[in-house]
Amino acid sequence: MTMPLFRSSKIIESQIDEFLDVVAEGSLVYKKGVKAYLEKDMTDFEARIVAIDKLESRADKLSKEVEAHLYSQSLIPEHRGDVLGLLENADNIIDTAKASLYQFSVEQPDIPEELNDQYLKLAEACYEAVEAVIVSARAFFRDVDSVKDNLYKVHHFEKEADSISDALKRTIFSSSLDLAHKIHLRYFALNVEKVSDKAEAVADRLAIYAIKRTI
Amino acid sequence: MEILLFLSSGLFLGWSLGANDAANVFGTAVGTRMIKFRTAAIVCSIFVVLGATISGAGAAHTLGKLGAVNALAGSFTVALAAALTTFWMTRLKIPVSTSQAIVGAIIGWNVYSSSVTDMKSLTKIMLTWVACPLISAAIAVVLFILIRKIISINKPHLLQLDAGTRLGLLAVGAFGSYSLGANNIANVMGVFVPDNPFNDLSVFGLFTLTGVQQLFFLGAVAIGVGVFTYSERVMKTVGGGLVKVSPVPALVIVLAQSITLFLFASTSLEHFLASHGLPTFPLVPVSSSQAVVGAILGISFFKGANIRYKVLGEISLGWMATPLAAGVVAFFLLFFVDNVFDQQVSRTVEYRVDGVVLEELARQGVEVEGLVELGPDVFTNAVKFKSDLEKTGGLEAKESSLVLELARLGRWEVQPSVIANDVDTHWLTAGQVDALRSLTGQRFNHLWRFNAALADASDEWKLKPDTTVNKQTNKELKKKLDYLGRLFKVDAASGNSEKENFRRDG
Repeated sequence: MTMPLFRSSKIIESQIDEFLDVVAEGSLVYKKGVKAYLEKDMTDFEARIVAIDKLESRADKLSKEVEAHLYSQSLIPEHRGDVLGLLENADNIIDTAKASLYQFSVEQPDIPEELNDQYLKLAEACYEAVEAVIVSARAFFRDVDSVKDNLYKVHHFEKEADSISDALKRTIFSSSLDLAHKIHLRYFALNVEKVSDKAEAVADRLAIYAIKRTI
Repeated sequence: MEILLFLSSGLFLGWSLGANDAANVFGTAVGTRMIKFRTAAIVCSIFVVLGATISGAGAAHTLGKLGAVNALAGSFTVALAAALTTFWMTRLKIPVSTSQAIVGAIIGWNVYSSSVTDMKSLTKIMLTWVACPLISAAIAVVLFILIRKIISINKPHLLQLDAGTRLGLLAVGAFGSYSLGANNIANVMGVFVPDNPFNDLSVFGLFTLTGVQQLFFLGAVAIGVGVFTYSERVMKTVGGGLVKVSPVPALVIVLAQSITLFLFASTSLEHFLASHGLPTFPLVPVSSSQAVVGAILGISFFKGANIRYKVLGEISLGWMATPLAAGVVAFFLLFFVDNVFDQQVSRTVEYRVDGVVLEELARQGVEVEGLVELGPDVFTNAVKFKSDLEKTGGLEAKESSLVLELARLGRWEVQPSVIANDVDTHWLTAGQVDALRSLTGQRFNHLWRFNAALADASDEWKLKPDTTVNKQTNKELKKKLDYLGRLFKVDAASGNSEKENFRRDG
C-alpha cells in the first residue's frame, strides 16, 4: 500500500517539476527569439520558433498527464482544482509566448534599429516576471510560506514591462513613421507585454492558493 | 432455535454500531475525500472482523455490559432498545456512543425489573459529555501545533504530504477499526456466549475457529455490514457537517481521538505508569464519538474556523437523548416482551441480611447495629431492600453497596461435571484450577462466600491490596471470579446448573 501511493506521488511530483522547467525554459527561448529577430538573425529566430513549439507541446502533454493522474487517483482532493488552475494558467504563459513569436514570423514587423533596445528590455522584463512566478509556483508545492516572497518580484517585473511598453509606444508615436507602421509597432509592443500579463495572472492566483494551502 | 431469534437483536445492535461508530474512525478521512467511502468501508470491515475475532476473544469470558441483565429475553430486549436508539440517531446523522445507548437501555431494564441502578454509571456518562470533548480538544490542539511545526521544518512536497496524510488516515483508521471490533464485540455478542449455538470448526485443517470465535465473527460481520450499508451519513457529519475539515487536521483529529481513548481507557498504561512511580491518568470511560467531536471543535476554535452551531446543538442533544431514549424504549419493549410474548425478561434476585452477612460486614468495619432489624426477611425487590437499608440510617453509599453485594442470595455448587466440561482451564492458572477442584461438592448461598473459599484454598484467588499498581491484576482476577460465579450458579428449584437449565429451555 505504501509504495504505490508514494511512487505515484513521486511521478506526478516530477511531472509538475518538469512542467515548470518547460515553462521557464520557454520564456528564456522567447526572450532569445525576440533578440534574434531584432538582430535580424533569422536562422536563430526560426530555430527558437521550433524550440518553443516543442516546449509548448511538451507543457501541454505534461499538464494533461498531471490532470489525469490527479483525478484518476483522486489525489490532493482539497487542492486539486487549484493545482490544475495553476498549471492551466502557467501553460497560458508559454502559449502566449509561442503565439507572439509566430506573430513575429508571420507579420515580420519592420522594427527601426533605434527601438531594438526598448523591445529587448521589454522581452527581458517579461522573462524576469515569468522566472519569478515559476519560483513562486515551486514554493507553492514545497514551502508555501515563501510563495509571497517571490510574488512581489512578479508584480515588480510586470510593472516594469508596463512602463517599458508605455515608453516604447510613446517613442513610436512621437516618431515620423507613417501611422500604419506606428500601429504595427505598437501591436508588437502589446504582443510582447502580454507575456508578462500572463505571468501576473498566475501570480494573482498563486496568492490566493497559498492562503488556502496554509494549514 | 430460540437462540437464533434472540441473536438477531445482537446482530441488529452490531449493525447499528457499525453504521454509527465507523464514522469516528473514518469520518474525517471520507469527509475530506482523502479516502473513498468504499475503501474506508472495506478497510474498516476487515479490521473490525479481525479485532473482534482475534482480540475480542479475550472478552469471551465476560458478558459485556449486557451481562447485568440476567435473563436471555431481557438481554434481547435491552439490545434491541439500544440498537433502535442508535439506528434512530444514525438516521439523524448524529454521531453517538453505542455503549451509552446500551447503558441507558440497561437502566431501563433496572427500572422495569426493580433492580438497583449503579449511580456511578450515570454520573460517569454525564462526566464524559463534558470531560471527554475537552480533553480530546486539548490533545488535538497540541498535536496540531506540533504537526504544523514539523511540516514547516521539513517542507514536504504537496503530493508527498498528501500521500503521507492519506497513509496516516488509513493506518489510524485500520487501528481504530481493530479496537472498535475488539472493544465492542463483547457488548454485541458477549451475552449470547453461554448459549452459543456454534461448535468448533476446522478451517481446511489449517486452524480451528472456536464456537465463540464464530459467534464473534458473526457479530463482527454484522458490524461490517452496518459500516457498508449505512455509515456514510454519519461520516459526512463528522467529516464536514460540523465544520469544514482539511486533510492534515483530519489526521490530527483521528490521532487525537485515539490518544484520548488510549490515555483515559488503557489500564495497561495506568499500570505501567503506576509501577514506575509516575502519576497516572484518571480512568474515565470516554466515548469515541465525543472524542472526535471534541477534537474537531478544538482545532476549529484554534484556527478560528466557522462552526455550524446548529449541527453542534443537534449533536449535543443527541448525546443527551441517547441514554434517555434507550432507557425509555427498553422499558416499553420489556413490557411488551414480558406481557404480550410472555417471555421472562428478568430473574428475581433475593437479598437477606443473615448472621454470616452481619459477621462479614462487621469484619469489614461496617456499623451493623441498625441492620439487625432487617433480618431474617428475604427481600425479592432490590429497590425496596435498598430503601429499607437507607431507612436504617448511618450507612454511606459505599457501605450500602457492600451490604447489597453481600446480602445477595443464590446457590452455587462446585459440580465436578462443570469443572470437567465447562471451565476453561487454559485461562485459569494451575494453582487456581487446583483450588477450584479442592472445593468439589461444596455449596454456597452467597457468591462472596464461594470467592472467599477459593481465596482460602489458594493465594492465587486472593485479591491484592487496592492500589493503582494492583488494579489491573485485581480486575483480571475479578473477571475470573465473575466467570466462575456464572458457571457454578445453580437454579434454586431444580438443582441444575443455570447453564444446563438455559440449554434445556433453548
